[in-house]
This record gives sequence, structure tokens and C-alpha cells, in this order.
Amino acid sequence: MTATPLDKPMPFGKTGLSHTVVFWTGFAVVMAILIVAPLVLPEFWRRFLTEVLIWGLLAMSSDLLIGYTGMISFGHSAFFGLGMYGAAGALLLVDPPNLWLAILCGLAGAAGAALFVAYFSTRLRDIYFAITTLIFSQIFYVIIFTWTRVTGGENGLIFTRPHLTIPFLYDARFTTTTMHWFVLTVVTASYLILRRVTRSPFGMVLQSIRENEPRTRAIGYPVERYKIVSVMLSGLFAGLAGVLYAVQNQFAAPDFVYFLTSGDTVIYNVIGGIGTLVGPIVGAGFFQLMRELMARLFGDQFPYLIPLGVIFITIIIFLPQGLLGFARRWLNR
Amino acid sequence: MTAIAQYIHDFPLDLVLIQTVNGIVTGMILALIASGLTLIFGIMDVVNFAHGELFMLGAYVGFVIFAATGSFWLALIGSALLIAILGAAIQIVTLRPLIGRDPLNTILVTFGISLILQNYALWQFGPVVRKIPEPITSQFTLFYLQYPWYRIVIAALSAAIIGGFWLFLKYGKFGIWIRATAQDRVMAQAMGIPVPWVYTGVFAIGAAMAAASGVLFAPMAGVNHTMGLDWVLKAFIVVVVGGMGNLGGSIAAAIFISLLEAYATVFVDPSQAVIVSFVVLILTLLFRPTGLFVPTPK
Repeated sequence: MTATPLDKPMPFGKTGLSHTVVFWTGFAVVMAILIVAPLVLPEFWRRFLTEVLIWGLLAMSSDLLIGYTGMISFGHSAFFGLGMYGAAGALLLVDPPNLWLAILCGLAGAAGAALFVAYFSTRLRDIYFAITTLIFSQIFYVIIFTWTRVTGGENGLIFTRPHLTIPFLYDARFTTTTMHWFVLTVVTASYLILRRVTRSPFGMVLQSIRENEPRTRAIGYPVERYKIVSVMLSGLFAGLAGVLYAVQNQFAAPDFVYFLTSGDTVIYNVIGGIGTLVGPIVGAGFFQLMRELMARLFGDQFPYLIPLGVIFITIIIFLPQGLLGFARRWLNR
Repeated sequence: MTAIAQYIHDFPLDLVLIQTVNGIVTGMILALIASGLTLIFGIMDVVNFAHGELFMLGAYVGFVIFAATGSFWLALIGSALLIAILGAAIQIVTLRPLIGRDPLNTILVTFGISLILQNYALWQFGPVVRKIPEPITSQFTLFYLQYPWYRIVIAALSAAIIGGFWLFLKYGKFGIWIRATAQDRVMAQAMGIPVPWVYTGVFAIGAAMAAASGVLFAPMAGVNHTMGLDWVLKAFIVVVVGGMGNLGGSIAAAIFISLLEAYATVFVDPSQAVIVSFVVLILTLLFRPTGLFVPTPK
């Protein structure tokens, strides 16, 4: 994907403020809105917002691959699903269920899947990479779907939500509000970590792989190793999103390991704007909002993916930088 | 020794032979789909994610035409023609603006198209399985089974379509244009070949081949809106194992993988037999990432 790195310092309008100041002010405003939101919103939209944040985290993790390393992954459902099942396993086997253990197990599951996928598919480039990640995610789907004894097969696993515990300080049941704050904390921390990673020397190498792989290799960087690490990192954050989703909804189902989840992730990225980290969250919000709106306007049976598919194609052809990139250009004008 | 003798005695030879026939039949259908995919990739550098959806839609159109006219062969030809027109329209509207951009854009766009087509089919036809009856109902005896002649006819027809297509590429005027474009796009354009229209034509031909295989396959298992993804995945595996953009390689790989899967179903559950093709893919990627059925690159 050819994306101009959008997070380069850009002059912001005619105000003459430095980019950093504008960024942190914007960050603080958005954070404030998101923190207050659950106190104002009705129950349904509270849950909705939490889910958008979780999907946003999944999309952001895949943006590390699509936007920064230049590899389109059609297999993020595997990492997401393994995170989900890892958390489910920990919550079902250990009594009383422990939140942090669930996160740990989910991350371990996602890391295992990511290691497997990364080892094999980074041997291939571009389109081949996209296809093999898709096929690998289907392998995990088939295994989870048919191994009924362990994974519950088609029915998935159902469990109770663990308490929100901070050792020695806090221990209480999750409410939708604390759940929202918890998810918000995790997603924000992940965003800051990913932002740091993409701006580190490591992230620069990833971007140079995207721009010109043979040259990066010629300079002497072990491109394969960088690719494997970036797939693993991306898989870990996708797994984290899976854990959050499992805790939020109290189930793990094979549907989420299926290809459609990966497809949605790619759509979030493209709609929001690849290579921006925030864009994918915007894209996820836009996608889920459109879906909800269409379901309310035209009924549940309405094939919302048809209009969204048209929007998706239009954006690829006419707005390759996505909604966020478009908005930035418009603001900078 | 007796254990081995016992094993040889118990070896289900008849079952394996039946599965060989089955494997070749599905292999030929798969080869027909995969050769369209390979053609589009080899010439246009486009990975057509929507190929499975064209296959599925072809089967549905075949079903509609069959319900209206009652003739299977009319359904086969009509569906191929209609889907070819649809393919040409898709190429003109969505893929033509992307010529010259990063090829990864094309996989995204065709993914979007596959979403639209799949949801359209679900919306229009609902989640029920539709079935086209077999046009040839006679059977012959294969060991203890009554094996339908129709399956043999499918394999022969697929082979005939692929063979005819090969002849067309080799001797037809448009076929020569296609090969010229594949070899050197700029030079072909300089010689007066209308390259954008060659692309459209190639996409339409690939779509027609997918639709034809969809109609041929429909009597065997019925038509539903999710069949596209299963087949396009298999076709992707075939294309990677056979060597991307290599027509002969993908045909060989299609039959090879289908045979392996058919043999695997003798021993395990069909839903787990898919894993065999995944394993073949992984081994190919490990030891020969350029493809099993292509000469070693220098």
C-alpha cells in the first residue's frame, strides 16, 4: 500500500501552533469525551462505544502491518480468536476467574498463532502474504470449529465475567461503566505503545520495508526478522482485543475466528485511513455506526454490507488515505 | 509380518479407487476455477478475491435460468455469458481506475466486490440451499456403487473448456493479444493492441469460466451463498502451490490437491480433510515457495 506517512509533523492551519501541542490537546479532548461518555449515554450506546473501542484496537493492530510494514493481513481473525479462546480457557479452568490471568493466557494464545503465521507467511510478499494469512486463519477456524471437546465447536464457550481486580486496592464486579473505562485504558495504553513503536528506530525500519524492501535489505537490515517481529507485535495487540471482547460479552465463538472478522478489520483500516493508528478506530466507529443505523432504518435483514462495500470501494479508488487522511488534508487547506 | 499382511488385506482398495475418481472430478472443477484466477493474475497482476463469488453467482444464475427454461445446457451457456458481462462491467468500473497503482489495491477492491456479491446473493436468494437436477441421470457400476455418469461428464467438460481455452490462447487472434500483453504491456500497446480492452476481456473470460464451473458443480452439492469463499480459498491454495500465474501448474496442483483431500476423507472426517490442503500449502511455502509444478528458477 502506498501511504504517505501522515504522522510526520505537519503545519496545522494558520494558527502556527506546534504539531505536538495540537496533538496532545486533541488527545486530551478526545480522552475527556470518551471518559465522560458512559456517564451520559444510555446503556445500549455505552456498550456500543465500548465495542467500537475494542474493534478499534483490533484494527489498530492490523494497521501496524498494513500501514507501516506494507503487508495486508487477511488473517487477523486468528489472533483475535485465539486471544478470545485463551481468555475463555483461563476463565473456565481457574476458580475464581482472574482477569489478569485471562489477559495473560489470551496473549499467549495470540502469540502462539502469531508466531506460526509469521514464521511461514513472511516468506512471501505482497499479495502472497495476504492470501497465506487468510488461509492460515482458516486453519485455526477449522481446528476450533471441529475440535468440539476442547473448544465447544459451533456453540463456543460461555463463562462468567471475572471481577475487575487491582491487587490490594480494588475488587468489584464489572459494571458497563467500569468495563468501558477499563477497555478505554487498555486501548489508550495500546495506542500510546504502538505510536511509540512506529516512531522508534524499529518503526522506521518497518516503514522503509514498506517503501522499498530490496533497498532496506541492501542497507543490511534483516528484513525477515523485522517482518516476523511486526507480525507478532500486531498479533499480540489483536489478541488483546480478543480478550477484551471475550470479557465484555462473556463468550468465545468460532464465528469470530472466521474470515469475516479479518475482512471487517481490513475495511476499518481502509475506511479510516491506513498508516495513522487513529484512523482505524475512526473507521471501526464509522462502520459500526452505519451498520446500526441501517439496521434501524431498514430492518435487521437489510444487507448492510452492500452499501458499506460500495463505500469501501469508492474510498480505495478516490480517497486512498481514508476518512481521517481526507479530514486532515481538508483541515490543512 | 502378520500385522502387515492383515493391514494389506484390510486396505480399502475399492474405496481408494472410488476416491480417485471423485478426486479427479472435483480436481477438474477446481482446475477450471483456478485457471481463471491464474489467467487474471498472470496477465493483469490482479488477485481476484471475488472469483469465488463469481462462481457462486454463476451457479445461482444457472439455477434461475434452469427454473425458467428447464434446460441445463442453456443454463450453463446463459450463466457463463451473463457473468462474463458482469465481470466486464466490474473490471471497467472498479479495476480500470487502479491500473498503474499498487497491486495490493486490487486485492482490496475485489474483496469489496466479493462482499457486495455475497450479500446480494444472500439477500436475493436467502440462506436456503438451491439445487439444479443432474442433466444426465444414468449411472454405471463402480464396485458396489452406482456411480453417476454426470460426474464423469463434468470432468470431461471442464477438461474440454480448459483445452479449448488453451487453443484459443495459442491460435486465436485475441488469445495472441492476451499473451502479448502478458509478456510486455508497454510494447503490446505500442503495437496497437488495445491493452485496457484486453484486460476487460481477460477478466470477462475468467468470470465466465468461474460461472461455468459453478453451474457444472451445482447439481453435485447445491448452491448457497457461502460456497464462494470455500472455493476461492481452495483456488488460492492451488494457485500458490501450482506457481502463481502458471496455467499448467495450477491444473496439476488442482488435481493433486483434490486427490489428496479425497484420499484423506477415507480416513478422517470430510471437514477435517481440508487440513490436508493446508498442510500441502505450508510444505510448499517451506521448501519451494515458487510453486511445486514449475521449473526451478535460476
